[in-house]
Amino acid sequence: MNAELQMQAQTYDVARLRSDFPILARKVHGRPLVYLDSAASAQKPKLVLDTMTSFMTSEYANVHRGVHFLSGAATDRYEQARVRVQRFLNAAHSDEIIFTRGGTEAINLVSYSYLSPQIQAGDEVVLSVMEHHSNIVPWHFLRERQGAVLKWVEVSDLGELDPADVARAITSKTKLVALTHMSNVLGTKTALKEIVHLAHQKGVPVLADGCQGAVHGIVDVQDLDVDFYALTGHKLYGPTGIGALYAKRAHLKAMRPFEGGGEMIREVTKVNISYADPPMRFEAGTPPIVEAVGLAAALDYLDGVGREKIAAHELALARTATKRLKETNGIKIIGEAADKGPIISFEAIGIHAHDLATILDREGVAVRGGHHCAQPLMDRFSVSGTARASFGLYNTAAEVDALIAAVGEARRVFG
Amino acid sequence: MDQNLRELYQDIILDHSRHPRHFGPLTDASHVAEGHNPLCGDKVKIYLAVDANERITDVTFEGKGCAISVASASLMTEMLEGRTVTEAESLMGGFLRLVKGEAVQSLDEEDRERLEVMAGVSAFPMRVKCATLAWHAMKAALEGERAVRTE
Repeated sequence: MNAELQMQAQTYDVARLRSDFPILARKVHGRPLVYLDSAASAQKPKLVLDTMTSFMTSEYANVHRGVHFLSGAATDRYEQARVRVQRFLNAAHSDEIIFTRGGTEAINLVSYSYLSPQIQAGDEVVLSVMEHHSNIVPWHFLRERQGAVLKWVEVSDLGELDPADVARAITSKTKLVALTHMSNVLGTKTALKEIVHLAHQKGVPVLADGCQGAVHGIVDVQDLDVDFYALTGHKLYGPTGIGALYAKRAHLKAMRPFEGGGEMIREVTKVNISYADPPMRFEAGTPPIVEAVGLAAALDYLDGVGREKIAAHELALARTATKRLKETNGIKIIGEAADKGPIISFEAIGIHAHDLATILDREGVAVRGGHHCAQPLMDRFSVSGTARASFGLYNTAAEVDALIAAVGEARRVFG
Repeated sequence: MDQNLRELYQDIILDHSRHPRHFGPLTDASHVAEGHNPLCGDKVKIYLAVDANERITDVTFEGKGCAISVASASLMTEMLEGRTVTEAESLMGGFLRLVKGEAVQSLDEEDRERLEVMAGVSAFPMRVKCATLAWHAMKAALEGERAVRTE
């Protein structure tokens, strides 16, 4: 164990935290599970499982509808969850938090309700080549349907995004800058605050895809001054089917509804409708109530452990793993930005990412192999896919050893 | 190493994946189709020359993919040459059963033995699509389709 890991181990009781995650006790192919795929989806602590079960067992009903006791109780829990997300992001107001199905829906909501009504043919959206498809395809829709132009900002060979390049890509036709807060492939953290500042100088709002960024460290949307911030619950150790969009109040008030249905209206007649104020305007139908309550529990859990402590622990593991992978014959790391999160993409020369992932899996090591829903980035680095090891709050130094041993095994199989 | 892994990545598979047979475009192809697995990004393009008697006189492939998909495509091209279209379809039927771990009675012993090297895939359900991609593309080509997706 290196000095950095030793320091961490003194203040961070990973063995105790692991016992909060029931799934980590199971075996895979007869071996202990080494779960290095938290960037795809994180495992759930007992607090989340128990909170959701007990909510459904004793307090559940639909929200914002009934006058009966349980409907009131469930509505309180749902709205408390909104306040919990507000606090998590340090948003100014709880009505700036819209619950969505996940990060994808949050970005699609901005595309449909905010940007689409303003787009004339030739208007531009600035995005980086390291975006996840969920922060690409909604803008492609505007290109296909309304003639918007996508302007791509390149990243360096290390996978770094220069804020000045983003600023240079902005023209008088730019309507939005849409960028990841942390690349799901390279782990690169973007200089979001600086980019927002530069974009605002040119009068252009910024959407940040925080699906990874929100998981590894503190996010303060007021300090960032970002206009839109999308996150997803299942990567934050919460359930699937829940995410959130943060948007500044002024934007939300001007935005058209997203889906139509119950709860998002003020009044409906046979000839006319009027819409509810935000956030309800954007939450048509019965929302993911149980999932929102589960998400709030996950955020409680994260803050209970301490987000900065978690980030430091994960980063120490990722740095050790990176160093040791680089020492392994025939392994190439893709993405070595100075400021990055605990996500490592790598290539084993001569071994396809899926073969590598299959061999690792047999050793109990779960990594993702493939294009990670970031095909433009795969083109940028001229690879068809990578293997990706991503670290969560429950990973250990022994699991780094298991990863390195399994990669060695793959090298032996392929000679 | 795990026995299942050893069967999956046996020498003959690794050899086919490193040195694929019949690799490259076929200029006088009568049938061409591309197979694409959007989940992993793997692509394989199959070229077939079929004569007036419905016999495959030449077959090649090109593309990028994992060891399993490349080896499967390579093995397929080796086995298809000289077959009739009907024989090719029956071979594919047998292969699909084999990689799913089902009994194969439809093929003669020699064909069964040659395909048997791919049988290890059956222990890896997540990788069956890799093994079948080239075969689906071949079938699409023979049926006059230009592209097929498996996911």
